Amino acid sequence: MAVFSTNEFRAGLKVMLDNDPCAIIENEFVKPGKGQAFNRVKIRNLKTGRVIERTFKSGESLEGADVIDMDMQYLYNDGDYRHFMQPESFEQYQADSKVVGDAALWLKDQDMCTVTLWNDAPLAVTPANFVELEIVETDPGVRGDTSGGGGKPAKLATGAVVRVPLFVAQGEVIKVDTRTGEYISRVKE
Amino acid sequence: MQNQLNWQPSCSIELLQQRARMLQRIRVFFASRNVLEVETPLLSQASGTDPNLEFFSTIYETPPNRQPLFLQTSPEFAMKRLLAAGSGSIFQICKAFRNGEAGRFHNPEFTMLEWYRVDFDLAQLMDEVESLFETLFDGQLGAPQRVSYQAIFEQFTGLDALNFSWDTYSAFAKKENLHDAIAICGDSHVLWLDFLFSFCVQPNLGHGGLCLVYGYHACQSSLARLNSENPLITERVEVFLNGVELGNGYHELTDAAEQNRRFETEIQLRKTASLPMPTKDERLLAALGSGLPNCAGIAFGLDRILTLLAKKSSISQVLSFDIERA
Repeated sequence: MAVFSTNEFRAGLKVMLDNDPCAIIENEFVKPGKGQAFNRVKIRNLKTGRVIERTFKSGESLEGADVIDMDMQYLYNDGDYRHFMQPESFEQYQADSKVVGDAALWLKDQDMCTVTLWNDAPLAVTPANFVELEIVETDPGVRGDTSGGGGKPAKLATGAVVRVPLFVAQGEVIKVDTRTGEYISRVKE
Repeated sequence: MQNQLNWQPSCSIELLQQRARMLQRIRVFFASRNVLEVETPLLSQASGTDPNLEFFSTIYETPPNRQPLFLQTSPEFAMKRLLAAGSGSIFQICKAFRNGEAGRFHNPEFTMLEWYRVDFDLAQLMDEVESLFETLFDGQLGAPQRVSYQAIFEQFTGLDALNFSWDTYSAFAKKENLHDAIAICGDSHVLWLDFLFSFCVQPNLGHGGLCLVYGYHACQSSLARLNSENPLITERVEVFLNGVELGNGYHELTDAAEQNRRFETEIQLRKTASLPMPTKDERLLAALGSGLPNCAGIAFGLDRILTLLAKKSSISQVLSFDIERA
């Protein structure tokens, strides 16, 4: 794997730090006019999601991490693992709940999502920004109320609970922004 | 694809105008004080030796000869040769080049204001710096503060900058969650000073008014003379505003033999660190040998001053084209 020096640290670069794959978020060059140069770097640990700040002597280097984001189709959940498929190569990957994390709330069979691979093994799963899911449980709708004011909780087929307007009924399919968990609209079948 | 390229300047047209006004004011300021504007070569046969300043080098092709030339990291050596030749007080506005330096407040090519005052000591130089900033900022800055390195270092770290103790320095780093400091600095006093000053002291300096820090440790200054009363410190001053380092000045070293010793020490440091080998400026040493007048000098990064004048957050916002677009 390639080695990257502090002056190559750009946002998004994946490197190995303390044996974990990490992504550079921010890199600030700090140098007294007549002294040693440093790089203060904000890094996200891709395993834990935690953001940490580290300081390096300028010119130090870190090994690159073999991390890539790949579009995959979510296939099914066998109880222990969720299975994904790379649609061009048909290659399949399995990920446990630790790797899938909160993405599980938005994964519907056959939907596309992003799987982050580290050394060819799933490291994280990111759902599409918008998903369409069926409401499996919510209080009966209030007829005539289309104002969208107020709202009520609705449980979706994946188990996620979102706030929806009062007029939205059980059995309907809605569009949700997975980044905020917010209801966007009803989906006409 | 060609028109997809970002050809636009990094800064606004208004900033170009503000830069022109700033340059004009500086020239009027020095003209009124009878300081002569000079130009010296950007390309030189010799380079600086400072292990922390990386130079650009190129080859001057004069067949059958190929001569290495260096882009100046500052016009200091050439200006000192003018002083030794009897120029009297001089100033220069020029480009300076430092390889590998790019960031929020760094661009590898930048504009420098450097001036030398014959028969000035550090205190007189600080007076003049304060007057210049009074002019450039239209009196909008609060009262300037002058403080010794030792005092300001102690204020923000509780540590004694002049007397290094690994135990107390590393205990402080642990307490402040600066674990990287221990790994990076080891038992190097100068690295500890650079690290702790950069991250714990400097961000607090010059909020509201100019902050002038003097009395740097001797291990941090290669071209300043030693303080006559305390040989641990040098006659060096650094100028800060809004937590940004703007300038660095000295009561200049005039002793050729001492200068040569410091060059040799730095060349050794470069060798040990496998850095590019410099070409020692023998002409500067010869000039010092023939006699540099007693003088004080200082250099400012003008792009940084403009950044603060224009209330911008990074140097690229005041450059016509930063290195990404150059």
